[in-house]
Amino acid sequence: MSRYIPATAEERRRMLEYLGADSMDTLFSGIPEKVRQKNPPRLPDPLSEPEMVRDLRVLAGRNRNADDLPCFLGAGVYDHFIPAAVDSIVSRGEFTTSYTPYQPEVAQGTLQSIFQYQTMVCELTGMEISNASMYDGATAAAEAAVLAASSTKRKKILWGRNVNPQTREVLKTYCWSRNLEFGELPAENGRIDHAALEKMLAGGDTAALVVQSPNFFGNIEDLKTLGEAVHGAGGLFIVSTDLLALGILEAPGKLGADIVVGDGQSVGNPMNFGGPAFGFIAVNKPLMRKMPGRICGQTVDGKGRRTFVLTLQAREQHIRREKATSNICSNQNLCIVAASVYLSLMGPGGLRETGEQILAKTAYTVDQLEKTGKFRRAFNGVPSFRETVLLCDEPVADLNRRLLDAGIIGGYELEPEYPRLKNGWLVAVTENRTKEEIDRLAAVAGGDA
Amino acid sequence: MSRPMETLFEASRAGRVGYALPPLDVPGVDCGEALQGACRENAPRLPEMAEVDVIRHFTGLSRMNYSVDEGFYPLGSCTMKYNPKINEAAARMPGFSRIHPLQPEETVQGALELMYILSDMLAEITGMDAVTLQPAAGAHGEQTGLMMIKAWHESRGDTKRTKIIVPDSAHGTNPASASVTGFDAVEVASDEEGMVDLEALRALMDDTVAGLMLTNPNTLGIFEKHILELTETVHRGGGLVYYDGANANAIMGKARPGDMGFDVLHLNLHKTFSTPHGGGGPGSGAVGVKAELEPFLPAPVIVKKGYRFGLERLKDRPRSIGRVRSFFGNFGVLVRAYTYIRTLGAAGIVEASEMAVLNANYLAKKLSSLYPLAHKGWCMHEFVLNGGPLKHETGVSSLDVAKALIDAGYHPPTVYFPLIVPEALMVEPTETESRETLDRFAEAMEAIAAKARKEGPEAFHDLPVTTPVSRPDETTAARNPILRWQFDENS
Amino acid sequence: MTKIPQDLRYTRDHEWIRIDGASGVMGITDYAQHAMGDIVYVELPEVGRQVKAGEDFIVVESVKGANDVFSPVSGKVAEVNEDLDGAPELLNEDPYANWLVKLEPSDPKEMDSLLDPAAYAKLVEELEAENE
Repeated sequence: MSRYIPATAEERRRMLEYLGADSMDTLFSGIPEKVRQKNPPRLPDPLSEPEMVRDLRVLAGRNRNADDLPCFLGAGVYDHFIPAAVDSIVSRGEFTTSYTPYQPEVAQGTLQSIFQYQTMVCELTGMEISNASMYDGATAAAEAAVLAASSTKRKKILWGRNVNPQTREVLKTYCWSRNLEFGELPAENGRIDHAALEKMLAGGDTAALVVQSPNFFGNIEDLKTLGEAVHGAGGLFIVSTDLLALGILEAPGKLGADIVVGDGQSVGNPMNFGGPAFGFIAVNKPLMRKMPGRICGQTVDGKGRRTFVLTLQAREQHIRREKATSNICSNQNLCIVAASVYLSLMGPGGLRETGEQILAKTAYTVDQLEKTGKFRRAFNGVPSFRETVLLCDEPVADLNRRLLDAGIIGGYELEPEYPRLKNGWLVAVTENRTKEEIDRLAAVAGGDA
Repeated sequence: MSRPMETLFEASRAGRVGYALPPLDVPGVDCGEALQGACRENAPRLPEMAEVDVIRHFTGLSRMNYSVDEGFYPLGSCTMKYNPKINEAAARMPGFSRIHPLQPEETVQGALELMYILSDMLAEITGMDAVTLQPAAGAHGEQTGLMMIKAWHESRGDTKRTKIIVPDSAHGTNPASASVTGFDAVEVASDEEGMVDLEALRALMDDTVAGLMLTNPNTLGIFEKHILELTETVHRGGGLVYYDGANANAIMGKARPGDMGFDVLHLNLHKTFSTPHGGGGPGSGAVGVKAELEPFLPAPVIVKKGYRFGLERLKDRPRSIGRVRSFFGNFGVLVRAYTYIRTLGAAGIVEASEMAVLNANYLAKKLSSLYPLAHKGWCMHEFVLNGGPLKHETGVSSLDVAKALIDAGYHPPTVYFPLIVPEALMVEPTETESRETLDRFAEAMEAIAAKARKEGPEAFHDLPVTTPVSRPDETTAARNPILRWQFDENS
Repeated sequence: MTKIPQDLRYTRDHEWIRIDGASGVMGITDYAQHAMGDIVYVELPEVGRQVKAGEDFIVVESVKGANDVFSPVSGKVAEVNEDLDGAPELLNEDPYANWLVKLEPSDPKEMDSLLDPAAYAKLVEELEAENE
């Protein structure tokens, strides 16, 4: 008998007796005979907790993790520092085992957390309104594109080839399913090619331009100019970014963004093999009532006390059904609680210091690699954050294998996705990387170790 | 329960810190120079707090939440069962939480194997041929499944199928998902028993219908007795049938959607497979398909090559609908679901559904003298009470009942859903509750009905009173939305 | 008691309209505002939009939900009531003084198919009896 079910055999018998049912099967008699399952599912035998732990340890042991190997891999997911206090809070059953806050009187903890998260996203992005979060950065970008299309009543979405390939794939899927068109812009020296953009905007039918900054190559785009270009063509400007980077980079809201999206893994969420973390989306007032997802607002209760509640729900699926702005119901709530705890601990100073350390360590890594004579920067004179593209003397697959043998997770191999970046290597350096790890990387990569 | 709390922004004091980074061990760089003018001009107004203040703040907030760990949570259609603690420990193992999704395949064999086995187990439980774990939530799973239906019709050159049929008793997500995948949602009526009206479905079925979405057991908690006729009708008309797995907790080991004629389904791992709801997420909406739809699954697909596990990517799967989320989905949630199914095994999975149904019928009978049941005969894992007569007799609405339940120490059932029952109270006790809990809940419901008859609606208007706040003014919230903390610009 | 002014025409979906020569003004009825409950937002159409009789072109949001408003007649949207922006509660206070849009009807004959006050009063009476 399952340890998660309190009822004893005797209790079950008595409950059936109370119901006047001869057996469990009686209760399932509403299932037509023809579809009733004859045999139990073919699943492995039950496991006691010690057996379960052993099984999990075997599986987990077949993965090499960032506790043991320094990780120079980024490309959308990063090994950042997470204070222990974060997990201590998100482990609390009151946050973990509660439902969506539809009964506000018994969910003020979740609701106030969302309200505070929304405020922090607004502060970081420089926008007026944030929702309670999205599935991830890729779907947030796709939902933003859909929002832009419905708001401009146009059908074409543009984005750069230097937007994260995962995000581009999701954008393509959503565009196909929503009957939207799209175009991809080439990059010039690692940033959006302005001449190509002007040409593609000339049709006057662009609903939105999606720009990532720092882009997939780590380069910071000239957002102001890009925003002016797309606004000049009557489209909306969607900026995909990273919350941790915004501790040090100018807020996209100040540079003309109409919608700011991105992935929030970098602030307080483990890498988790790519999920769960959360996506964010923020807009200004004109788009408020078209925003997808749930939103928390401040109001008062019957006694005039400050109270938080889900609001603007008329946009949402459970009320608007087929006319909803989106079908999204959930938010990645526990992950935004983690982000809120992280951002509260770090504060503006901590985010700034983290950003500065990343800049310094990235610069040092590139210097050390260049000194080996086997690496050179792919892009020159372009500011970047956390990630840099280096061109190597040898195929990246070979290089990464040597690094792995030496106990280091190397950077992302760019050539399969970007054939023009021959032997292109995207190296991520977070504040977690030490000088000693970086020196070892350079030594092995340079062939000295 | 504690009282309303100050916000982080009120608690913040300039100069306080809650972190420490190691001293910089490489040469520092000038931010302005390095970023060439992209540097932030004004610091974000994030809280400045010591660690102890942050912990007390969030601990205080947590105490304003009601949770499964605290008590009974009979929220219909949400399957608020107990979330085992071993699942949490599993997801936190560094071998799962500290791995990067783009690591070389040979360094993440355990993660790929876990997902491969989980997909297999879910396919076996549901009678489907293949499962993707990429969708991040139930609605996302619906969207993914409908995209595959769309792609399947397109692949056959059948482009005139623009409609998805949805019962009038369906969750709001169903029509919304149909609409976001470019379909028009068309309603089919329920008959007197709350089942899909077979004749009405036949009348709607033509060559413009792409498919039918169905929850079974349906939102009244009863099994569609004409299920085979329903799926056959759609198939004969050239459509596909989608199974919304919101209510799958009722049927594990008892009936498989794959054997009922469904072509696509999603499961909410955060309902049926015990992963916690987290106050609204993260969830996971695994999607299963029959072999005919397998080529359309989102990429990448995890495959077994001999003793190794690998990935089939988008470029190797030309008919795939594409990617619906980055990487592999909510992997941490998948670890929890895997742990749950392995812990229970076949016997435990069947036992879970049996007890969910036994508990629901037991509680339904206990409450049936107070409120008419919306179904006849046995219910499955949940049931709907009609709060209409009590309202008519006493003026006390189902919302009032819900608020009174909060004061009695319970999370209320789902209210005002499904839309086809007036003043609906939808109760799903789940298998993890003891008989004493159900008895006490029934007593609380009885006391509330007695209070309604004795004291009338006025006695309910100010409820709940035991919570940090009482009923919020939702009108003001929606008319003049305050969606972020307003800083005092003068300070 | 539901107010039904005598100088208006009505639809079965609880819109009212008054025609003055070439221009019409329309809104929602007292019954509608009462059924919707506290109105929190009104999404008005663009001026110049052409609508057909029976087309949904306005959304009135209340705390309970979002309600489509249908055009009683075909024509062009000539003006929208901008007072409602920021003060949607005006519709609850007086749905007849607070109109939604002014229309230029394209087919005056369509007015004949609308309900007169007596017919609308009967409809409301029936609905109220049903809800008892």
